[in-house]
Amino acid sequence: MKTFNYHSAKDVKEASKLASSSSAFLAGGMTTIPSMKLGLASYKDIINIKNIKKLSGIKVTSKNVTIGATTKHVEVANSKEIKKALPSLASLAEGIGDPQVRNRGTIGGSIANNDPAADYPSACIALNAIIHTNNRKIDAENFFRGMFETCLKKTEIIEAIEFEIPQKSSYQKLPNPASRYAVVGVYVAKHKTGINVAVTGAKACVYNDKDLAGALKKDFSSSAIDKVKILSSGMNSDIHASADYRANMVKVFAKKAVDAC
Amino acid sequence: MKKVSLEINGKKVTKEIPDHITLSSFLRDTLNLTGTHIGCDTSQCGACVVHVDGKSIKSCTALAADLEGSKITTIEGLAKNGKMHPMQEAFKKTHGLQCGFCTPGMIMSAVDLLKSKKNPSDTEIRDWLEGNICRCTGYQNIVAAVKEAASKMKS
Amino acid sequence: MASLVGSRVERKEDKRFLTGKGRYTSDINIVNQTYAIFIRSPHARAKIKKIDTSKASKAPGVVDILTGEHIAKDKIGGLIAGWAIRSEDGSEMKCPANPPLAKDNVNFVGDPIAVVFAETLDEAKAAAELVKVDYKILKAVTSLADTMKSETIHEGIDKNMCYDWLLGDRQKVKEAFDKADKIIKLDITNNRLIPNAMEPRACVVDYNTASEEITCYTTSQNPHLSRLIMSAFGGVTPENKLRVVAPDVGGGFGSKINLYNEEIVCSWAAKKIERPIKWVAERTESFLTDTHGRDHITHAELAVTNDGKFLGFKNETIANLGAYARVFGTVTPTYLFGPCATGVYVMPAAYTNVKAVYTNTAPVDAYRGAGRPEATYTIERIVDKAAIELGMDPIEIRMKNFPTEFPFKQTLVHQVDSGDYVGGLNKAKEMSDYDGFATRKKESESKGKLRGIGVTTYFEACGIAPSPVVMMLGCGVGLWESAEVRFNPTGQVTVYTGSHSHGQSHETTFAQIAADELGVPIENIDVVHGDTDKGTFGMGTYGSRSLAVGGIAIVNACKKIVTKGKKIAAKMLEASEEDVEFKDGEFVVSKSNKKKTIGEVAFASYLPGVRDEVKSPLPEGEEPGLVESSFFDPANFSFPAGSHICEVEIDPETGEVKLDKYTAVDDFGTIVNPLIVEGQVHGGLAQGIGQALYENAQYDQTGQLITASYMDYTMPRADNFPEFNIGYTCTKATTNPLGVKGCGEAGTIAATPTVMNAVINALGGREISLPATAEKVWKACKENKKSKAEAA
Repeated sequence: MKTFNYHSAKDVKEASKLASSSSAFLAGGMTTIPSMKLGLASYKDIINIKNIKKLSGIKVTSKNVTIGATTKHVEVANSKEIKKALPSLASLAEGIGDPQVRNRGTIGGSIANNDPAADYPSACIALNAIIHTNNRKIDAENFFRGMFETCLKKTEIIEAIEFEIPQKSSYQKLPNPASRYAVVGVYVAKHKTGINVAVTGAKACVYNDKDLAGALKKDFSSSAIDKVKILSSGMNSDIHASADYRANMVKVFAKKAVDAC
Repeated sequence: MKKVSLEINGKKVTKEIPDHITLSSFLRDTLNLTGTHIGCDTSQCGACVVHVDGKSIKSCTALAADLEGSKITTIEGLAKNGKMHPMQEAFKKTHGLQCGFCTPGMIMSAVDLLKSKKNPSDTEIRDWLEGNICRCTGYQNIVAAVKEAASKMKS
Repeated sequence: MASLVGSRVERKEDKRFLTGKGRYTSDINIVNQTYAIFIRSPHARAKIKKIDTSKASKAPGVVDILTGEHIAKDKIGGLIAGWAIRSEDGSEMKCPANPPLAKDNVNFVGDPIAVVFAETLDEAKAAAELVKVDYKILKAVTSLADTMKSETIHEGIDKNMCYDWLLGDRQKVKEAFDKADKIIKLDITNNRLIPNAMEPRACVVDYNTASEEITCYTTSQNPHLSRLIMSAFGGVTPENKLRVVAPDVGGGFGSKINLYNEEIVCSWAAKKIERPIKWVAERTESFLTDTHGRDHITHAELAVTNDGKFLGFKNETIANLGAYARVFGTVTPTYLFGPCATGVYVMPAAYTNVKAVYTNTAPVDAYRGAGRPEATYTIERIVDKAAIELGMDPIEIRMKNFPTEFPFKQTLVHQVDSGDYVGGLNKAKEMSDYDGFATRKKESESKGKLRGIGVTTYFEACGIAPSPVVMMLGCGVGLWESAEVRFNPTGQVTVYTGSHSHGQSHETTFAQIAADELGVPIENIDVVHGDTDKGTFGMGTYGSRSLAVGGIAIVNACKKIVTKGKKIAAKMLEASEEDVEFKDGEFVVSKSNKKKTIGEVAFASYLPGVRDEVKSPLPEGEEPGLVESSFFDPANFSFPAGSHICEVEIDPETGEVKLDKYTAVDDFGTIVNPLIVEGQVHGGLAQGIGQALYENAQYDQTGQLITASYMDYTMPRADNFPEFNIGYTCTKATTNPLGVKGCGEAGTIAATPTVMNAVINALGGREISLPATAEKVWKACKENKKSKAEAA
């Protein structure tokens, strides 16, 4: 990979100050490092934020689960508190990548990268997450903008993600047999205030499927989903899955998620 | 250039290194610890797995500069006083390796599994090894090796 | 002493691999080495208009930049096809030149055109980006079906066709088809695969300015062949000045048979720039430039009677060679494919016709099984289709057409010396609980799942010898194998073999054989391979030939040692040679307790005298020392065979296929080490199953490889497989003294049709192409549902 200047920031302020249009923050590095190795990305400065203590940790209350940005997938997967309060989230974390990715990859890195096939963005949408940055709080629905695109500014750092604990929830995915990313992943969450059906892998960016949510609002059962028509337009199409297949799998995995709730 | 100090296989190491070198390259090219292998560019094959502070990671996807103060164990550091680790012994006994290229990563990954699961089932072993690709063995004898090691390490 | 042949000896080579001490090519560093980066064509087909290296050559750290012009100027030859194949009309095959660095035209994405040498890898990469190449992009030929109608890729090669080859008798087939009750027809695509040895290719080259010797450490399955080709065809340097070493090699599967561009270029350039050179492929480079496997389109027809007897078979195949014909590229779809086309069956008439064509894709060559998997896939799929159309059980139709007497003269070429196909299939049937399938199917259906069972019976021809036969068929070299057995004066033994182990465990199995022959403890035997300076010559490892050919050379060399040892022992024991017997490492005078160990005899052979007396243990005219060599050329190919049965469960909602049970019963003749053979079977199965369910190399219309990383090319992982159930039958090969047949490719050959037959069985007979990905299976389930609804 091309050379850069490595910095390790001791606090958020320093990290933000070091940032520029040609820098990247480094948490787990699970995407940043391979991208640089393959020559898909290069930066002048790499700013490590893993040593900033306040960015890591898990806090669970009766209403919310708040996870620090540099908290690793393995910590979410193994957290007794999360397993109890929000088991679907722990199980999502347990299904990300492989053990070595989970030992190093972070929740903040995952959502900042916003890979269209990543798992965590669907949790943010389904669980009405609020993304806390060093400047502001952003609702998940405003956070994810498009393929690999979020509303984060270059100097902005995610500090924590606050999830709302729903009444029921489940995340189910069809993994890509090669990369093991989601071909389609569906996160169904039933909150007191409403239902979210967050879909990842299917389109350029995670989205909340209002039709599925609407059907479930009337009747929270997998048979309610049968009646919903999912259009394949706008769905991703690649060597692993056509748009038509993806559209059908959204339904199939939404049903699986409802059944598992 | 950055100066990093870390502990590798129980030995303190301090080196001046370029900012951008990966841990795998640091181990192989700077320290001549060539047991850690590179089999892909996309962090998937797992031939480069080492332990950092007791946990398995892919050393091709970590910057050496990022590991200041860490304790690292590579395949070369697994045997103690000339005696192989029970996992190494088990791979030999069950013929869990053929060409040997994926083996170091496979073993480091399997050792990490037994830290959290003393008695894993076949399914748990196969799931855990998702990040380690082997082209030779069809995995069956690797699964047998992990079970063999688990039973030896219990007793 | 108990025989070691047949026992589960743990591997001698394991310790170094387990402790991180293996020494692979990329682990080697030479003082003052430079780093090579190859500049490769990003286009599938283009003319090179201009290469501008002026900016790059001034970049920091650059030592030199060489292009195809330099190669041409130094008259360095290119890569070659190892087998000359003749077309049905008698014309010779047509092969394009394949220079190590392309000068005028590039023909696939990854075709190398220049190389940068620099002080560091980063500097080499940075400079490589500064090399400017001007291309005139041409339309790429990528569709195998349309290749013969497409633009000509290589000047003078009409229809892009290398040859149009026939094996068999068209007239006889026509007559057989005229008599048939039914003709079963099948169109299949045998998908392209990428071998993906876990160790990417690499070479490290040193040039000794004093001796003018070039040493090339490389990832090769056959270092002697690489040396031969580099010297004789490449003109790099004479063979005596070229040492090729293939140290520990991390898997090959056929992809490391070939000598590659990088090895020639680095060997030539090390001498030119008088600096050592290191080149290590990145995985993407391996995907683009390692030889690929399979890639056929086949139309097959089977003529049958109403009661399921086979009358005749035809196989019309178009085989993709990729951009160039490489070492085994031309023989894989002909003599390694055609003769096996009729499988394990009595087939009164048959022919195989293969049109091999060039496309703008990576060269296609041998991949584990090489030709035999493609042949077996075709016959085993069409036999199953026949069973479906005739309403027969897949086992019944196979049993009905097996030969029951051996030697069996197979339809197209082979005289199969031994086998028991009926016994093998019966055993597989029992081990797989074939009869319990109906119950398991019901259980699956009660969960909303589909279940299918698949059967394959196969044989293969391996060893790829005798030399006079393969050379008659067009092979450029004889495919014997050599061995040398050296006793040291102090009793240890070094066995040199021309075979090469890159996972196959020769250091153990070959030591087992030598230990049995010589009666020396296995600990005292070292097997050495992979270095042209050490062994005499060798043909390398592929085609499951190491044991059946290379192993026998060791047996024969050991026998020569014993013969000489006996003469010396007789003299030492003052007995006549006829009275001396050799057993368990000792020469014993019959009906006496007089004996000498082979170690004592070895010692005496090197130190043939005593103090104060002129007395030699050596018989008159016998030379000192105890070293013997053998070149073994077998009388025939060897013919492993087997029966595999598997079950799959399909989720019709998603199309995901779960391989639930897999039983393999193989006949490898004598098994030297069951522990190692099981490993070979497991690994072979994984690759065959990989083809059936996961792996698929895909190019787009412009010739870009779209599966060029593990993100897109599905490598099977541990959680893709059930525990395999392995069994054996044994009929010994009659053509070698050990009775061995070969086991390396069997799993790969049998698994693909077994799994596909099971998937298609679960789908009620609906055809589906390789690989059976979730989406394809899901679509088939949907279509089945639709036709069911329509029928209702």
